[in-house]
Amino acid sequence: MTQTTSMAAPGNVTATRNGVEPRGQRPKPFFTPRKIVIYSILVLFSFYFLFPLYVMIMTSFKTMPEIRFGNIFAPPIAWTGEAWIKAWSSACTGLNCNGLAPGFWNSVQITVPSTIVSIFIAAVNGYALVNWRFKGSEIFFAILIFGSFIPYQVMLYPLVILTRELGIFGSLWAVILVHTIFGMPILTLLFRNYFASLPQELFKAARVDGAGFWRIFFEIMLPMSLPIFVVALILQITGIWNDFLFGVVFAGNQNYPMTVQLNNIVNSAQGSPEYNVNMAATILTGLVPLIVYFVSGKLFVRGVAAGAVKG
Amino acid sequence: MQHSVSIRDLSLNFGSVRVLENLNLDIAQGEFIVLLGPSGCGKSTLLNCIAGLLDVSDGQIFIGGKNVTWEQPKDRGIGMVFQSYALYPQMTVERNLSFGLRVAGMKRDEIGRRVARAAEILQIEPLLARKPANLSGGQRQRVAIGRALVRDVDVFLFDEPLSNLDAKLRSDLRVEIKRLHQRLKNTMIYVTHDQIEALTLADRIAVMKNGVIQQLADPHTIYNKPVNLYVAGFIGSPQMNMLEGTLNGSSFTTDDGTVIPVGNYDFAVPVTGAVKAVLGIRPEHMVLGDDVARMPFATDAEIEIVEPMGSDTLAWTKIAGRSVTFRCDSDVVIATGQRIRLGFDPARGSIFHAETTNRL
Repeated sequence: MTQTTSMAAPGNVTATRNGVEPRGQRPKPFFTPRKIVIYSILVLFSFYFLFPLYVMIMTSFKTMPEIRFGNIFAPPIAWTGEAWIKAWSSACTGLNCNGLAPGFWNSVQITVPSTIVSIFIAAVNGYALVNWRFKGSEIFFAILIFGSFIPYQVMLYPLVILTRELGIFGSLWAVILVHTIFGMPILTLLFRNYFASLPQELFKAARVDGAGFWRIFFEIMLPMSLPIFVVALILQITGIWNDFLFGVVFAGNQNYPMTVQLNNIVNSAQGSPEYNVNMAATILTGLVPLIVYFVSGKLFVRGVAAGAVKG
Repeated sequence: MQHSVSIRDLSLNFGSVRVLENLNLDIAQGEFIVLLGPSGCGKSTLLNCIAGLLDVSDGQIFIGGKNVTWEQPKDRGIGMVFQSYALYPQMTVERNLSFGLRVAGMKRDEIGRRVARAAEILQIEPLLARKPANLSGGQRQRVAIGRALVRDVDVFLFDEPLSNLDAKLRSDLRVEIKRLHQRLKNTMIYVTHDQIEALTLADRIAVMKNGVIQQLADPHTIYNKPVNLYVAGFIGSPQMNMLEGTLNGSSFTTDDGTVIPVGNYDFAVPVTGAVKAVLGIRPEHMVLGDDVARMPFATDAEIEIVEPMGSDTLAWTKIAGRSVTFRCDSDVVIATGQRIRLGFDPARGSIFHAETTNRL
């Protein structure tokens, strides 16, 4: 009898601790030290990042007299959308007082072609580097990657001269060209690695089937590349939309992108600073990348899932 | 005679690595050739060279009498089947089959006719509207074969087509490929590392090692008269038993002094004097029981391990101090530790020169 009791002892300890005999799925307690630490850190950081946004949104809906009161954390007493309307259509950017709207359309005109051209060229680059190895292709790739380590500012002046000689300085073409060039290293790396991960035999099979360079690219490779295209799209749209430097240098006065005009609104020297308009203008400018993240994030997950089904 | 595929002095280097060296191979019209060897022996590389997917460093390739050394894959009159199937994932089976024909700009009714014929031959008609992701491994490989079939080519190239399938499907599809060959009578070049596939399918097997064809012969010759120690060891499972010793005239003396008379052995080359040699004998050529009396060589041995395989039984023992295996009928009752009388006929075995490793 003593023997049996001593053998059953470990079981009894667990049983008394949980009040039940262990069986089936192990119970997962909600509060564990691990979870508490993780969630506290997450909450702390989201608070840290979201608080300025909260202040911005609240301020943008206030009137100037209310802002001068100083209670920046309090929600507006009287909600008003005037600052938003002014920021969009009548705030002064330098000499013009048309708000951010023209800048928005300039940014669209810059971002759309730059994104399409840079992604297309980079995709072809990556595809050629993986599947159509040519003599020196590795060196070519190394040089391209090296390009991504050089600070933009170093190449600014040479590019100004280059675009001037091409006769496109101060036009949309110049910004598109510059964005395409600077998107190339990272995007080519992205596409090269993605295409390298696709089975080589697919490419071989298509060659035996008689398809050439472009046919394989468009009919075999592109349909399999949705996930990486979404990644490239996110990178390029947000990168180009948020760009300030190339826009201010290359675009020319009438083509200034939204970021440059935002700067002009916020830094305008005349009169007292209109904080509510500044806040509204800033949120408006940041809206496009935000929407891209939210929308394509879902698409991205779907794309990855679709790409995971191997043929 | 016109060869279907001829390879002349083919060499291929990757940088300073020589993958294929001065390789020559003539394949007759309608022949089923298997390139067999361990991974890294250059067999897939050779197939890729024939397909035109790799540029050769030196030498020539003829297909159907035409020099295709510099031709694009599509112009060589070949169809290829890959180990990973390599089906285009975004296309339906029907579009997969017709892709090559559409690229070639063929008329629609002709494409339809060819796809229908291939689907009928391979019995994949119900699958035509499906995507590759919704097919099983065996079905995918059939579609891959179909893609080669619709091209109506002279030469089929198979690059380890069954290696990704499970054992049961593999043996099923093996039979189907053989049936397909009998029906189509195309030239087929088949790369594998699986000796069973090689022995069952091939008209002739080319056993390769380090980019060099060791032996090119029909399966029976490859199995029974391997040209060197490498081929002898590579083909056959379990491996051929190897006894090391000295050959002197018509007697073979093993290293521990056992004398095996080899008077009835059919020497490939005349041997004079005493030479160090290796006597190889296949496990199934060992006999026990009443038949031992008729064997030129017999000895007593103790069973060490018994492995019943169902169809037959493998047993491990020692002869002349060397561990050997033999195969016997599964009905024969043997047990570990039992002493038995075991014999064999050296004429059914192979004798190799110990240094050159070539067959004597």
